[in-house]
Amino acid sequence: MKLLRQAREVARVDLVVEGRVGETLRVIVPFAVAALLVLPLAQGPNLALLRQVGAAVFWTLAVLFGMQIALRQSANDTDARRDFYALSGVDPAARFLGRTVSGTILLTVFLAVLFLATLALYDPPVAGGDLPALVLAVVLFAYGLAALATLAGEVSAGLRSRGALASLIVAPLSLPLVLGAAQTAAGIGRDAGILSWSLLLLATDIALTVVGIAVAGPLEEART
Amino acid sequence: MRLAAVQPLVVFEGIGVTRDGNALLTDVDLEVAPGDVVGVSGPNGSGKTTLLRLVATLIRPNRGSGTVLGARMGTAETFGIRERIGLIGHEPALVPELTVFENLDHIARLGGLDRTRVMPVLETVGLGGAAHRRVRAASRGMQRRVEIAHMLLRQPELLLLDEAASGLDADASGLIDALTRRVTSSGGAVVTVSHDPAHLDGCTRQLRISAGRLALR
Repeated sequence: MKLLRQAREVARVDLVVEGRVGETLRVIVPFAVAALLVLPLAQGPNLALLRQVGAAVFWTLAVLFGMQIALRQSANDTDARRDFYALSGVDPAARFLGRTVSGTILLTVFLAVLFLATLALYDPPVAGGDLPALVLAVVLFAYGLAALATLAGEVSAGLRSRGALASLIVAPLSLPLVLGAAQTAAGIGRDAGILSWSLLLLATDIALTVVGIAVAGPLEEART
Repeated sequence: MRLAAVQPLVVFEGIGVTRDGNALLTDVDLEVAPGDVVGVSGPNGSGKTTLLRLVATLIRPNRGSGTVLGARMGTAETFGIRERIGLIGHEPALVPELTVFENLDHIARLGGLDRTRVMPVLETVGLGGAAHRRVRAASRGMQRRVEIAHMLLRQPELLLLDEAASGLDADASGLIDALTRRVTSSGGAVVTVSHDPAHLDGCTRQLRISAGRLALR
């Protein structure tokens, strides 16, 4: 109960702060949407090509800009805040879970906006009936990326090159997430089986959660 | 009738802290009993903040042994006692984007404390009228008051003050004194550090730290 209460509170405050600072919605999302325009502007009005590459562009930007969103929270943690959480009796696992949940919500909002912009600019083949499975893939991807970034933030906390190190950890380890999410989305479009790719996403999310909870305490102690 | 011996809250024996090859603290022996107000003075870079972080169990020693609130230093036991320790450090441990009230409410929610105490505590430190001001827009002195309110809300057994009185007006300094009295009267202890020995006048014991070595003043 204490773990869940603390995790919920960490997530709540993260989202309140984000609502006031607005870094995700006011800065990163517009940049990502602007990046969507690069290919159409470079290629010209080749609608067939745009329809074909829409999904690939979406997932590429989802990873690049999603990493920034997911890493932002841990990058903002000062040593004083970490001490505050430690001396407030906040379980490191609760902090990991709370950060992951708030990151998941922010990433899901970001991916929803990016998806709508991709639909408008690239018109990828998506039918209305595909949406539930697509939403599931996006949420599982968002959760996994948020958990991975939170974990990377904890591993690199207190180090001088933490920003670069965290990105280096997240980029390669997000491969199963990108693969699972992109293939699930592609499978929906082709009416192919998506179960194995969805299971890959789910298994990665579960593994990241278990590892994150297990190492949160030892990582905090290692910093002392 | 035999009285039970009073257990010290902090016991350090020959503690040394080294980071990146530099000795930050050397052979520190310290005992803090309930009711003690221990003042430590020393110049900048002498190890005052490191000593406080060591007492707070936020750093672990490389040498020696010790206990804080009964937990052995450098072991997982310290994890369970940290919420009984309060630290007012150099840098305010507040969320700048939240209001004064929201910061304390956050602390209460995290600790499972009675949230109805937040407003009365803010009024005690003279921040009742500033409860809905964002911490980012508050003065340094006001932020210090929020941290004092934080300690009043949490009521730690071991209170650690790092230059807590620096730059405060007489009213705010009085709040620190009242907080100190409250902690010691309920069986706790206070360790306070300052570069200025004049800030340590009310302490029951005064020590001096120089180049990481602690000595009686």
